Amino acid sequence: MLRLLDIELHKLRYSRSAKILIFTYFILITFIALIASIEFDLGNIHFRLADQGIFNFPFIWHFNSYIAALLKLFLAIVIVSMMSNEYSNRTLKQNLIDGLSKKEFVLSKFITVLLFSVISTLFLFVVTLILGYSFSDFTEFSIVFSDMEYLLGYFIKLAGFFAFCMFIGILIKRSAFALGFLFIWWIFESILYGVLEWKIFRDSDIAENIMQFFPLQAMSNIVIEPFSRLNVIKTAATQIGSELDKDYGVHWYQLLIVIVWTVLFVYLSYALLKRRDL
Amino acid sequence: METILTLNNLTKKYGPLTAVDNLSFEIKKGNVYGILGPNGSGKSTTLGMVLNVVNKTSGDFHWFDGKDSTHEALKMVGAIIEHPNFYPYMTAVQNLALVCKIKGVNSSKIEEKLEVVGLLDRKNSKFRTFSLGMKQRLAIASALLNDPEILILDEPTNGLDPQGIHQIREIIRNIAATGTTILLASHLLDEVEKVCSHVVIIRKGVKLYSGRVDEMNASHGFFELKSNDISKLKEVLTHHPLIGKITEHDGLVTAILEEPMNAEVINSYLFEKGVALSYLVKRKESLEEQFLQLTNQTTN
Repeated sequence: MLRLLDIELHKLRYSRSAKILIFTYFILITFIALIASIEFDLGNIHFRLADQGIFNFPFIWHFNSYIAALLKLFLAIVIVSMMSNEYSNRTLKQNLIDGLSKKEFVLSKFITVLLFSVISTLFLFVVTLILGYSFSDFTEFSIVFSDMEYLLGYFIKLAGFFAFCMFIGILIKRSAFALGFLFIWWIFESILYGVLEWKIFRDSDIAENIMQFFPLQAMSNIVIEPFSRLNVIKTAATQIGSELDKDYGVHWYQLLIVIVWTVLFVYLSYALLKRRDL
Repeated sequence: METILTLNNLTKKYGPLTAVDNLSFEIKKGNVYGILGPNGSGKSTTLGMVLNVVNKTSGDFHWFDGKDSTHEALKMVGAIIEHPNFYPYMTAVQNLALVCKIKGVNSSKIEEKLEVVGLLDRKNSKFRTFSLGMKQRLAIASALLNDPEILILDEPTNGLDPQGIHQIREIIRNIAATGTTILLASHLLDEVEKVCSHVVIIRKGVKLYSGRVDEMNASHGFFELKSNDISKLKEVLTHHPLIGKITEHDGLVTAILEEPMNAEVINSYLFEKGVALSYLVKRKESLEEQFLQLTNQTTN
Protein backbone atom coordinates (compact mmCIF):
# COMPACT_ATOMS: atom_id res chain seq x y z
CA MET A 1 0.00 0.00 0.00
CA LEU A 2 2.53 2.55 1.16
CA ARG A 3 4.91 1.44 -1.56
CA LEU A 4 2.26 2.08 -4.20
CA LEU A 5 1.44 5.47 -2.75
CA ASP A 6 5.12 6.30 -2.56
CA ILE A 7 5.55 5.41 -6.25
CA GLU A 8 2.64 7.59 -7.34
CA LEU A 9 3.64 10.54 -5.18
CA HIS A 10 7.15 10.31 -6.58
CA LYS A 11 5.65 10.78 -10.05
CA LEU A 12 3.60 13.79 -8.94
CA ARG A 13 6.22 15.41 -6.75
CA TYR A 14 8.45 16.43 -9.63
CA SER A 15 5.72 17.52 -12.03
CA ARG A 16 5.51 21.28 -11.95
CA SER A 17 2.08 21.54 -13.57
CA ALA A 18 0.59 19.05 -11.12
CA LYS A 19 2.07 20.97 -8.21
CA ILE A 20 0.71 24.29 -9.46
CA LEU A 21 -2.79 22.89 -9.98
CA ILE A 22 -2.90 21.20 -6.57
CA PHE A 23 -1.63 24.36 -4.91
CA THR A 24 -4.22 26.50 -6.73
CA TYR A 25 -6.95 24.11 -5.71
CA PHE A 26 -6.21 24.40 -2.02
CA ILE A 27 -5.73 28.16 -2.18
CA LEU A 28 -9.11 28.50 -3.86
CA ILE A 29 -10.80 26.53 -1.10
CA THR A 30 -9.52 29.03 1.44
CA PHE A 31 -10.91 31.78 -0.76
CA ILE A 32 -14.40 30.70 0.23
CA ALA A 33 -13.81 33.12 3.06
CA LEU A 34 -13.85 35.92 0.52
CA ILE A 35 -17.55 35.36 -0.05
CA ALA A 36 -17.98 36.95 3.34
CA SER A 37 -16.91 40.27 1.93
CA ILE A 38 -19.62 40.35 -0.75
CA GLU A 39 -21.87 43.31 -0.04
CA PHE A 40 -23.94 45.62 -2.17
CA ASP A 41 -26.77 48.11 -1.91
CA LEU A 42 -30.18 47.23 -3.26
CA GLY A 43 -32.11 50.48 -3.28
CA ASN A 44 -31.98 51.56 0.28
CA ILE A 45 -31.32 48.09 1.66
CA HIS A 46 -27.72 47.34 2.50
CA PHE A 47 -27.05 43.71 1.66
CA ARG A 48 -24.12 41.82 3.13
CA LEU A 49 -23.89 38.14 2.32
CA ALA A 50 -22.13 37.27 5.55
CA ASP A 51 -25.16 38.57 7.44
CA GLN A 52 -27.49 36.15 5.67
CA GLY A 53 -26.39 33.36 7.90
CA ILE A 54 -24.33 31.45 5.35
CA PHE A 55 -21.52 31.11 7.84
CA ASN A 56 -23.74 29.93 10.65
CA PHE A 57 -23.12 26.52 12.08
CA PRO A 58 -24.31 24.00 11.08
CA PHE A 59 -25.47 25.45 7.74
CA ILE A 60 -21.87 26.32 6.88
CA TRP A 61 -21.01 22.62 6.57
CA HIS A 62 -23.54 22.30 3.81
CA PHE A 63 -22.62 25.58 2.16
CA ASN A 64 -18.88 25.02 2.16
CA SER A 65 -19.02 21.39 1.00
CA TYR A 66 -21.12 22.53 -1.92
CA ILE A 67 -18.88 25.45 -2.90
CA ALA A 68 -15.63 23.52 -2.38
CA ALA A 69 -16.90 20.66 -4.52
CA LEU A 70 -17.20 23.07 -7.45
CA LEU A 71 -13.43 23.43 -7.37
CA LYS A 72 -12.82 19.71 -7.87
CA LEU A 73 -12.22 20.36 -11.53
CA PHE A 74 -8.68 21.52 -10.75
CA LEU A 75 -7.79 18.17 -9.25
CA ALA A 76 -9.69 16.46 -12.03
CA ILE A 77 -7.18 17.91 -14.49
CA VAL A 78 -4.31 16.57 -12.39
CA ILE A 79 -5.88 13.12 -12.17
CA VAL A 80 -6.81 12.85 -15.83
CA SER A 81 -3.32 13.87 -16.88
CA MET A 82 -1.57 11.63 -14.38
CA MET A 83 -3.41 8.74 -16.04
CA SER A 84 -3.15 9.70 -19.67
CA ASN A 85 0.44 10.94 -19.46
CA GLU A 86 1.45 7.42 -18.53
CA TYR A 87 0.21 6.48 -21.96
CA SER A 88 1.65 9.38 -23.90
CA ASN A 89 5.06 9.10 -22.23
CA ARG A 90 4.80 5.32 -22.59
CA THR A 91 5.89 5.11 -19.00
CA LEU A 92 3.05 2.74 -18.23
CA LYS A 93 4.79 0.19 -20.40
CA GLN A 94 8.08 0.80 -18.64
CA ASN A 95 6.43 0.56 -15.21
CA LEU A 96 5.04 -2.86 -16.10
CA ILE A 97 8.36 -4.04 -17.49
CA ASP A 98 10.08 -2.86 -14.32
CA GLY A 99 7.86 -5.20 -12.34
CA LEU A 100 4.71 -3.31 -11.40
CA SER A 101 1.62 -5.41 -12.05
CA LYS A 102 -1.39 -3.91 -13.79
CA LYS A 103 -3.35 -4.32 -10.60
CA GLU A 104 -0.71 -2.46 -8.59
CA PHE A 105 -0.67 0.28 -11.19
CA VAL A 106 -4.41 0.92 -10.94
CA LEU A 107 -4.27 0.60 -7.16
CA SER A 108 -1.45 3.12 -6.86
CA LYS A 109 -3.56 5.60 -8.82
CA PHE A 110 -6.70 4.89 -6.84
CA ILE A 111 -4.95 5.19 -3.48
CA THR A 112 -3.69 8.58 -4.62
CA VAL A 113 -7.22 9.55 -5.61
CA LEU A 114 -8.42 8.58 -2.13
CA LEU A 115 -5.57 10.53 -0.58
CA PHE A 116 -6.58 13.63 -2.55
CA SER A 117 -10.14 13.23 -1.31
CA VAL A 118 -9.08 12.71 2.30
CA ILE A 119 -6.80 15.74 2.28
CA SER A 120 -9.46 17.88 0.60
CA THR A 121 -11.98 16.83 3.23
CA LEU A 122 -9.62 17.53 6.14
CA PHE A 123 -8.66 20.83 4.62
CA LEU A 124 -12.27 21.80 4.14
CA PHE A 125 -12.98 20.79 7.73
CA VAL A 126 -10.29 23.11 9.06
CA VAL A 127 -11.21 26.01 6.78
CA THR A 128 -14.88 25.69 7.64
CA LEU A 129 -14.16 25.50 11.35
CA ILE A 130 -12.10 28.67 11.25
CA LEU A 131 -14.61 30.49 9.06
CA GLY A 132 -17.52 29.36 11.21
CA TYR A 133 -15.93 30.42 14.47
CA SER A 134 -15.22 33.85 12.99
CA PHE A 135 -18.70 34.54 11.60
CA SER A 136 -21.21 32.13 13.09
CA ASP A 137 -23.89 33.36 15.49
CA PHE A 138 -23.82 30.02 17.30
CA THR A 139 -20.64 28.50 18.59
CA GLU A 140 -21.94 25.91 21.02
CA PHE A 141 -20.12 22.64 20.63
CA SER A 142 -23.24 20.60 19.91
CA ILE A 143 -24.30 22.95 17.12
CA VAL A 144 -20.84 23.31 15.62
CA PHE A 145 -20.44 19.59 15.17
CA SER A 146 -23.92 18.78 13.94
CA ASP A 147 -24.72 18.09 10.28
CA MET A 148 -21.25 16.69 9.75
CA GLU A 149 -22.64 14.21 7.21
CA TYR A 150 -22.06 16.88 4.58
CA LEU A 151 -18.33 16.33 4.96
CA LEU A 152 -18.80 12.59 4.47
CA GLY A 153 -20.92 13.38 1.42
CA TYR A 154 -18.21 15.70 0.14
CA PHE A 155 -15.60 12.98 0.57
CA ILE A 156 -17.63 10.30 -1.23
CA LYS A 157 -18.53 12.75 -3.97
CA LEU A 158 -14.89 13.68 -4.57
CA ALA A 159 -13.67 10.07 -4.48
CA GLY A 160 -16.36 9.08 -6.96
CA PHE A 161 -15.64 11.97 -9.29
CA PHE A 162 -11.89 11.38 -9.20
CA ALA A 163 -12.36 7.67 -9.84
CA PHE A 164 -14.47 8.67 -12.84
CA CYS A 165 -11.62 10.94 -14.05
CA MET A 166 -9.14 8.14 -13.53
CA PHE A 167 -11.23 5.78 -15.63
CA ILE A 168 -11.69 8.34 -18.41
CA GLY A 169 -7.95 9.03 -18.39
CA ILE A 170 -7.23 5.34 -18.99
CA LEU A 171 -10.06 4.96 -21.49
CA ILE A 172 -9.19 7.96 -23.68
CA LYS A 173 -5.38 7.99 -23.18
CA ARG A 174 -5.06 11.69 -24.09
CA SER A 175 -5.55 14.32 -21.40
CA ALA A 176 -7.19 16.97 -23.57
CA PHE A 177 -9.62 14.52 -25.14
CA ALA A 178 -10.33 12.92 -21.79
CA LEU A 179 -11.30 16.27 -20.27
CA GLY A 180 -13.37 16.94 -23.37
CA PHE A 181 -15.09 13.62 -22.88
CA LEU A 182 -15.85 14.50 -19.28
CA PHE A 183 -17.51 17.70 -20.48
CA ILE A 184 -19.44 15.89 -23.21
CA TRP A 185 -20.62 13.30 -20.70
CA TRP A 186 -21.87 16.09 -18.47
CA ILE A 187 -23.78 17.63 -21.39
CA PHE A 188 -25.13 14.19 -22.27
CA GLU A 189 -26.48 13.65 -18.77
CA SER A 190 -27.99 17.14 -18.69
CA ILE A 191 -29.73 16.71 -22.02
CA LEU A 192 -30.96 13.25 -21.08
CA TYR A 193 -32.32 14.64 -17.82
CA GLY A 194 -34.05 17.42 -19.69
CA VAL A 195 -35.59 15.10 -22.23
CA LEU A 196 -36.79 12.64 -19.62
CA GLU A 197 -38.10 15.32 -17.30
CA TRP A 198 -39.89 17.53 -19.82
CA LYS A 199 -40.79 15.22 -22.67
CA ILE A 200 -41.16 11.62 -21.68
CA PHE A 201 -42.09 11.54 -18.02
CA ARG A 202 -43.77 14.89 -17.52
CA ASP A 203 -45.29 15.56 -14.14
CA SER A 204 -43.82 12.57 -12.41
CA ASP A 205 -40.75 11.58 -10.45
CA ILE A 206 -39.66 8.90 -12.88
CA ALA A 207 -37.03 11.05 -14.61
CA GLU A 208 -35.43 11.89 -11.30
CA ASN A 209 -35.55 8.29 -10.22
CA ILE A 210 -33.77 7.17 -13.35
CA MET A 211 -31.24 9.98 -13.43
CA GLN A 212 -30.06 9.44 -9.88
CA PHE A 213 -28.26 6.34 -11.11
CA PHE A 214 -26.11 8.20 -13.63
CA PRO A 215 -22.63 8.94 -12.27
CA LEU A 216 -22.49 12.73 -12.43
CA GLN A 217 -26.09 13.19 -11.35
CA ALA A 218 -25.56 10.74 -8.50
CA MET A 219 -22.55 12.73 -7.35
CA SER A 220 -24.35 16.03 -7.49
CA ASN A 221 -27.34 14.58 -5.64
CA ILE A 222 -25.25 13.91 -2.56
CA VAL A 223 -24.75 17.56 -1.68
CA ILE A 224 -27.40 19.66 -3.38
CA GLU A 225 -27.40 23.43 -3.71
CA PRO A 226 -27.67 25.22 -0.36
CA PHE A 227 -28.81 28.62 -1.63
CA SER A 228 -32.54 28.07 -1.38
CA ARG A 229 -32.06 27.34 2.30
CA LEU A 230 -30.99 30.93 2.87
CA ASN A 231 -33.51 33.12 4.65
CA VAL A 232 -33.51 35.79 2.00
CA ILE A 233 -34.35 33.32 -0.77
CA LYS A 234 -36.99 31.59 1.33
CA THR A 235 -38.68 34.88 2.05
CA ALA A 236 -38.59 35.83 -1.59
CA ALA A 237 -40.10 32.52 -2.57
CA THR A 238 -42.91 32.80 -0.07
CA GLN A 239 -43.62 36.28 -1.36
CA ILE A 240 -44.12 35.12 -4.92
CA GLY A 241 -46.23 32.32 -3.59
CA SER A 242 -44.10 29.33 -4.40
CA GLU A 243 -43.36 26.93 -1.64
CA LEU A 244 -39.83 25.58 -1.67
CA ASP A 245 -39.98 22.11 -0.36
CA LYS A 246 -36.64 20.47 -0.85
CA ASP A 247 -34.86 17.69 0.91
CA TYR A 248 -31.38 18.95 1.67
CA GLY A 249 -30.16 15.93 3.56
CA VAL A 250 -27.42 13.50 2.69
CA HIS A 251 -28.95 10.08 2.17
CA TRP A 252 -27.36 6.71 2.51
CA TYR A 253 -28.70 5.39 -0.79
CA GLN A 254 -27.22 8.36 -2.64
CA LEU A 255 -23.88 7.65 -1.01
CA LEU A 256 -24.26 4.00 -1.91
CA ILE A 257 -24.90 4.75 -5.60
CA VAL A 258 -21.71 6.78 -5.81
CA ILE A 259 -19.71 4.18 -3.89
CA VAL A 260 -20.90 1.53 -6.33
CA TRP A 261 -19.84 3.74 -9.23
CA THR A 262 -16.45 4.30 -7.61
CA VAL A 263 -15.85 0.57 -7.25
CA LEU A 264 -17.06 0.07 -10.80
CA PHE A 265 -14.73 2.73 -12.21
CA VAL A 266 -11.72 1.26 -10.44
CA TYR A 267 -12.64 -2.21 -11.61
CA LEU A 268 -13.27 -1.05 -15.18
CA SER A 269 -9.93 0.77 -15.24
CA TYR A 270 -8.23 -2.45 -14.24
CA ALA A 271 -10.24 -4.58 -16.69
CA LEU A 272 -9.48 -2.16 -19.51
CA LEU A 273 -5.79 -2.10 -18.71
CA LYS A 274 -5.65 -5.85 -18.44
CA ARG A 275 -7.25 -6.40 -21.80
CA ARG A 276 -5.12 -3.90 -23.66
CA ASP A 277 -1.85 -4.62 -25.38
CA LEU A 278 0.59 -1.82 -24.81
CA MET B 1 22.41 -25.21 -16.26
CA GLU B 2 19.80 -22.94 -14.68
CA THR B 3 16.92 -21.94 -16.94
CA ILE B 4 15.90 -18.31 -16.86
CA LEU B 5 13.05 -18.17 -19.31
CA THR B 6 10.96 -20.91 -20.91
CA LEU B 7 8.51 -20.39 -23.77
CA ASN B 8 6.03 -23.11 -24.71
CA ASN B 9 4.10 -22.74 -27.95
CA LEU B 10 3.61 -19.07 -27.28
CA THR B 11 1.20 -17.55 -29.78
CA LYS B 12 -0.10 -14.04 -30.37
CA LYS B 13 -2.80 -13.21 -32.86
CA TYR B 14 -3.92 -9.72 -33.81
CA GLY B 15 -7.22 -10.47 -35.44
CA PRO B 16 -6.50 -12.60 -38.50
CA LEU B 17 -2.76 -11.85 -38.31
CA THR B 18 -0.54 -14.24 -36.40
CA ALA B 19 2.34 -12.19 -35.05
CA VAL B 20 3.94 -14.99 -33.06
CA ASP B 21 3.24 -18.58 -34.01
CA ASN B 22 3.83 -21.44 -31.57
CA LEU B 23 7.19 -20.15 -30.44
CA SER B 24 9.15 -22.31 -28.02
CA PHE B 25 12.67 -21.84 -26.72
CA GLU B 26 14.66 -21.67 -23.53
CA ILE B 27 17.07 -19.13 -22.17
CA LYS B 28 19.83 -20.58 -20.01
CA LYS B 29 21.84 -18.69 -17.48
CA GLY B 30 25.17 -17.22 -18.52
CA ASN B 31 24.71 -17.11 -22.30
CA VAL B 32 24.23 -14.17 -24.56
CA TYR B 33 21.19 -14.74 -26.75
CA GLY B 34 20.13 -12.96 -29.86
CA ILE B 35 16.64 -12.92 -31.28
CA LEU B 36 17.10 -12.26 -34.92
CA GLY B 37 14.50 -11.53 -37.50
CA PRO B 38 13.53 -8.95 -40.08
CA ASN B 39 11.36 -6.00 -39.09
CA GLY B 40 7.87 -7.11 -38.19
CA SER B 41 8.86 -10.70 -37.56
CA GLY B 42 7.40 -10.75 -34.06
CA LYS B 43 10.52 -10.11 -31.97
CA SER B 44 9.06 -7.23 -30.00
CA THR B 45 5.70 -8.95 -29.63
CA THR B 46 7.46 -11.97 -28.15
CA LEU B 47 9.39 -9.83 -25.70
CA GLY B 48 6.21 -7.86 -24.97
CA MET B 49 4.44 -11.05 -23.96
CA VAL B 50 7.13 -12.28 -21.60
CA LEU B 51 7.43 -8.77 -20.16
CA ASN B 52 3.77 -8.54 -19.25
CA VAL B 53 2.78 -5.74 -21.61
CA VAL B 54 1.23 -7.78 -24.43
CA ASN B 55 -1.43 -10.40 -23.70
CA LYS B 56 -0.68 -13.83 -25.13
CA THR B 57 -3.32 -15.59 -27.22
CA SER B 58 -2.29 -19.11 -26.29
CA GLY B 59 0.66 -21.13 -25.07
CA ASP B 60 2.58 -20.17 -22.00
CA PHE B 61 5.88 -18.99 -20.64
CA HIS B 62 7.48 -18.81 -17.25
CA TRP B 63 10.38 -17.05 -15.67
CA PHE B 64 12.98 -18.95 -13.67
CA ASP B 65 11.36 -21.99 -12.03
CA GLY B 66 7.87 -20.61 -12.67
CA LYS B 67 6.99 -20.25 -8.99
CA ASP B 68 6.66 -16.47 -8.94
CA SER B 69 4.07 -14.44 -10.81
CA THR B 70 5.38 -12.66 -13.88
CA HIS B 71 5.50 -9.22 -12.34
CA GLU B 72 7.41 -10.50 -9.30
CA ALA B 73 9.89 -12.24 -11.60
CA LEU B 74 10.29 -9.06 -13.63
CA LYS B 75 11.79 -7.38 -10.59
CA MET B 76 14.79 -9.62 -11.17
CA VAL B 77 14.91 -8.76 -14.85
CA GLY B 78 16.27 -5.67 -16.52
CA ALA B 79 14.63 -4.79 -19.79
CA ILE B 80 14.39 -1.99 -22.27
CA ILE B 81 11.99 -2.07 -25.16
CA GLU B 82 12.43 -0.12 -28.39
CA HIS B 83 12.85 3.44 -27.28
CA PRO B 84 13.51 4.63 -23.77
CA ASN B 85 10.45 5.59 -21.75
CA PHE B 86 10.92 7.89 -18.80
CA TYR B 87 9.17 10.82 -17.20
CA PRO B 88 10.36 13.84 -19.19
CA TYR B 89 10.03 16.25 -16.29
CA MET B 90 12.24 14.24 -13.94
CA THR B 91 16.02 14.23 -13.86
CA ALA B 92 18.05 11.12 -14.53
CA VAL B 93 18.47 10.44 -10.83
CA GLN B 94 14.79 11.02 -10.04
CA ASN B 95 13.75 8.66 -12.82
CA LEU B 96 16.10 5.97 -11.59
CA ALA B 97 14.92 6.46 -8.02
CA LEU B 98 11.39 5.75 -9.22
CA VAL B 99 12.53 2.54 -10.92
CA CYS B 100 14.21 1.50 -7.65
CA LYS B 101 10.93 2.01 -5.82
CA ILE B 102 9.04 -0.09 -8.36
CA LYS B 103 11.62 -2.87 -8.28
CA GLY B 104 11.88 -2.64 -4.54
CA VAL B 105 15.65 -2.26 -4.50
CA ASN B 106 17.83 0.14 -2.63
CA SER B 107 18.59 3.38 -4.46
CA SER B 108 22.26 3.29 -3.47
CA LYS B 109 23.29 1.89 -6.84
CA ILE B 110 22.03 4.78 -8.94
CA GLU B 111 25.35 6.61 -9.17
CA GLU B 112 27.28 3.42 -9.82
CA LYS B 113 25.03 2.48 -12.74
CA LEU B 114 25.09 5.99 -14.16
CA GLU B 115 28.86 5.70 -14.09
CA VAL B 116 28.68 2.42 -16.06
CA VAL B 117 26.82 4.12 -18.91
CA GLY B 118 28.80 7.34 -18.65
CA LEU B 119 25.99 9.65 -17.59
CA LEU B 120 27.21 10.61 -14.14
CA ASP B 121 27.95 14.20 -15.16
CA ARG B 122 24.38 14.63 -16.44
CA LYS B 123 22.67 13.01 -13.49
CA ASN B 124 20.73 16.13 -12.51
CA SER B 125 19.59 17.07 -16.01
CA LYS B 126 15.97 16.58 -16.92
CA PHE B 127 15.26 13.56 -19.08
CA ARG B 128 13.69 15.67 -21.85
CA THR B 129 17.00 17.45 -22.42
CA PHE B 130 18.78 14.19 -23.26
CA SER B 131 19.81 13.13 -26.76
CA LEU B 132 18.53 9.79 -28.04
CA GLY B 133 21.87 8.13 -27.31
CA MET B 134 21.84 9.43 -23.74
CA LYS B 135 18.23 8.33 -23.27
CA GLN B 136 19.16 4.85 -24.44
CA ARG B 137 22.13 4.75 -22.07
CA LEU B 138 19.91 5.90 -19.21
CA ALA B 139 17.55 3.07 -20.09
CA ILE B 140 20.41 0.61 -19.81
CA ALA B 141 21.42 2.09 -16.45
CA SER B 142 17.84 1.70 -15.28
CA ALA B 143 17.74 -1.92 -16.43
CA LEU B 144 20.91 -2.61 -14.46
CA LEU B 145 19.72 -1.08 -11.18
CA ASN B 146 18.67 -4.39 -9.66
CA ASP B 147 21.74 -6.28 -10.91
CA PRO B 148 19.38 -8.36 -13.02
CA GLU B 149 19.59 -12.09 -13.65
CA ILE B 150 18.96 -11.30 -17.27
CA LEU B 151 19.18 -8.15 -19.32
CA ILE B 152 16.72 -7.84 -22.18
CA LEU B 153 17.45 -5.35 -24.91
CA ASP B 154 15.13 -4.73 -27.82
CA GLU B 155 16.82 -3.01 -30.75
CA PRO B 156 19.13 -1.06 -28.43
CA THR B 157 20.98 0.70 -31.21
CA ASN B 158 17.97 1.62 -33.31
CA GLY B 159 18.13 5.18 -34.55
CA LEU B 160 21.50 5.98 -33.00
CA ASP B 161 24.43 7.57 -34.79
CA PRO B 162 27.59 5.46 -35.32
CA GLN B 163 29.19 6.84 -32.19
CA GLY B 164 26.10 6.07 -30.14
CA ILE B 165 25.92 2.56 -31.60
CA HIS B 166 29.54 2.02 -30.71
CA GLN B 167 29.01 3.22 -27.13
CA ILE B 168 25.98 1.00 -26.61
CA ARG B 169 27.76 -2.07 -28.01
CA GLU B 170 30.74 -1.37 -25.81
CA ILE B 171 28.46 -1.23 -22.78
CA ILE B 172 26.69 -4.45 -23.76
CA ARG B 173 30.00 -6.22 -24.26
CA ASN B 174 31.22 -5.08 -20.85
CA ILE B 175 28.04 -6.29 -19.21
CA ALA B 176 28.26 -9.63 -21.02
CA ALA B 177 31.84 -9.96 -19.78
CA THR B 178 30.59 -9.87 -16.19
CA GLY B 179 28.60 -13.04 -16.84
CA THR B 180 25.15 -11.48 -17.02
CA THR B 181 22.71 -13.34 -19.22
CA ILE B 182 21.63 -11.13 -22.09
CA LEU B 183 18.77 -11.41 -24.54
CA LEU B 184 19.22 -9.08 -27.46
CA ALA B 185 16.58 -8.61 -30.12
CA SER B 186 17.80 -7.12 -33.32
CA HIS B 187 17.41 -7.11 -37.06
CA LEU B 188 21.08 -6.26 -37.41
CA LEU B 189 23.08 -9.38 -38.08
CA ASP B 190 26.49 -8.07 -37.29
CA GLU B 191 25.19 -6.82 -33.97
CA VAL B 192 24.07 -10.32 -33.02
CA GLU B 193 27.18 -11.89 -34.53
CA LYS B 194 29.45 -9.60 -32.54
CA VAL B 195 27.80 -10.06 -29.19
CA CYS B 196 25.82 -13.28 -29.02
CA SER B 197 26.74 -16.89 -28.42
CA HIS B 198 23.25 -18.25 -29.10
CA VAL B 199 20.62 -17.17 -31.53
CA VAL B 200 16.91 -17.64 -32.10
CA ILE B 201 15.86 -16.76 -35.62
CA ILE B 202 12.24 -15.98 -36.28
CA ARG B 203 10.42 -14.92 -39.39
CA LYS B 204 6.75 -14.04 -39.55
CA GLY B 205 6.41 -15.28 -36.00
CA VAL B 206 7.74 -18.75 -36.77
CA LYS B 207 10.96 -20.03 -35.26
CA LEU B 208 13.43 -21.01 -37.95
CA TYR B 209 16.41 -21.87 -35.81
CA SER B 210 17.55 -21.80 -32.26
CA GLY B 211 20.92 -22.83 -30.99
CA ARG B 212 24.55 -21.73 -30.98
CA VAL B 213 25.54 -19.09 -33.47
CA ASP B 214 28.48 -21.19 -34.71
CA GLU B 215 26.30 -24.27 -35.19
CA MET B 216 23.59 -22.35 -36.89
CA ASN B 217 23.99 -23.95 -40.23
CA ALA B 218 24.17 -27.68 -40.48
CA SER B 219 26.23 -27.21 -43.63
CA HIS B 220 29.94 -27.90 -43.70
CA GLY B 221 30.85 -24.81 -45.59
CA PHE B 222 31.49 -24.46 -49.29
CA PHE B 223 34.27 -24.15 -51.84
CA GLU B 224 34.74 -21.28 -54.20
CA LEU B 225 36.62 -22.37 -57.28
CA LYS B 226 37.86 -20.93 -60.57
CA SER B 227 39.31 -22.64 -63.56
CA ASN B 228 39.86 -21.92 -67.24
CA ASP B 229 37.49 -24.71 -68.16
CA ILE B 230 34.40 -23.88 -66.18
CA SER B 231 32.07 -26.40 -67.80
CA LYS B 232 34.44 -29.29 -67.18
CA LEU B 233 35.01 -28.13 -63.62
CA LYS B 234 31.30 -28.15 -63.02
CA GLU B 235 30.84 -31.52 -64.59
CA VAL B 236 33.57 -33.13 -62.53
CA LEU B 237 32.24 -31.55 -59.35
CA THR B 238 28.76 -32.89 -60.00
CA HIS B 239 30.08 -36.41 -59.88
CA HIS B 240 31.83 -35.97 -56.56
CA PRO B 241 29.78 -37.75 -53.87
CA LEU B 242 30.37 -35.18 -51.12
CA ILE B 243 29.35 -32.16 -53.10
CA GLY B 244 25.81 -30.93 -53.24
CA LYS B 245 24.52 -27.88 -55.01
CA ILE B 246 26.75 -26.16 -57.54
CA THR B 247 26.20 -22.61 -58.71
CA GLU B 248 28.16 -20.34 -60.97
CA HIS B 249 28.33 -16.59 -60.90
CA ASP B 250 30.74 -14.44 -62.96
CA GLY B 251 33.10 -17.34 -63.55
CA LEU B 252 33.19 -18.22 -59.85
CA VAL B 253 31.87 -21.69 -59.07
CA THR B 254 30.42 -22.29 -55.65
CA ALA B 255 30.14 -25.89 -54.48
CA ILE B 256 28.29 -26.59 -51.25
CA LEU B 257 29.57 -29.48 -49.13
CA GLU B 258 27.32 -32.18 -47.83
CA GLU B 259 30.03 -33.82 -45.74
CA PRO B 260 33.16 -32.28 -44.27
CA MET B 261 36.09 -32.22 -46.68
CA ASN B 262 39.45 -30.47 -46.80
CA ALA B 263 40.51 -28.15 -49.57
CA GLU B 264 43.55 -30.40 -50.41
CA VAL B 265 41.24 -33.36 -51.00
CA ILE B 266 39.13 -31.57 -53.57
CA ASN B 267 42.21 -30.05 -55.14
CA SER B 268 43.94 -33.38 -55.76
CA TYR B 269 40.64 -34.96 -56.86
CA LEU B 270 40.10 -32.29 -59.47
CA PHE B 271 43.70 -32.46 -60.61
CA GLU B 272 43.38 -36.22 -61.09
CA LYS B 273 40.33 -35.62 -63.26
CA GLY B 274 42.33 -33.17 -65.32
CA VAL B 275 41.00 -29.87 -64.01
CA ALA B 276 43.59 -27.31 -62.98
CA LEU B 277 42.32 -24.69 -60.58
CA SER B 278 43.26 -21.05 -60.73
CA TYR B 279 41.44 -20.24 -57.50
CA LEU B 280 40.30 -22.32 -54.52
CA VAL B 281 38.93 -21.16 -51.19
CA LYS B 282 37.04 -23.03 -48.52
CA ARG B 283 34.59 -20.89 -46.62
CA LYS B 284 31.91 -21.03 -44.01
CA GLU B 285 28.81 -18.91 -44.57
CA SER B 286 28.79 -15.65 -42.69
CA LEU B 287 25.86 -15.18 -40.38
CA GLU B 288 24.33 -12.96 -42.99
CA GLU B 289 24.48 -15.60 -45.67
CA GLN B 290 23.19 -18.22 -43.27
CA PHE B 291 20.40 -15.93 -42.23
CA LEU B 292 19.36 -15.22 -45.78
CA GLN B 293 19.57 -18.91 -46.56
CA LEU B 294 17.36 -19.76 -43.60
CA THR B 295 14.81 -17.10 -44.30
CA ASN B 296 14.73 -17.95 -48.00
CA GLN B 297 14.17 -21.63 -47.38
CA THR B 298 10.73 -20.87 -46.12
CA THR B 299 9.80 -18.49 -48.90
CA ASN B 300 10.61 -21.05 -51.57
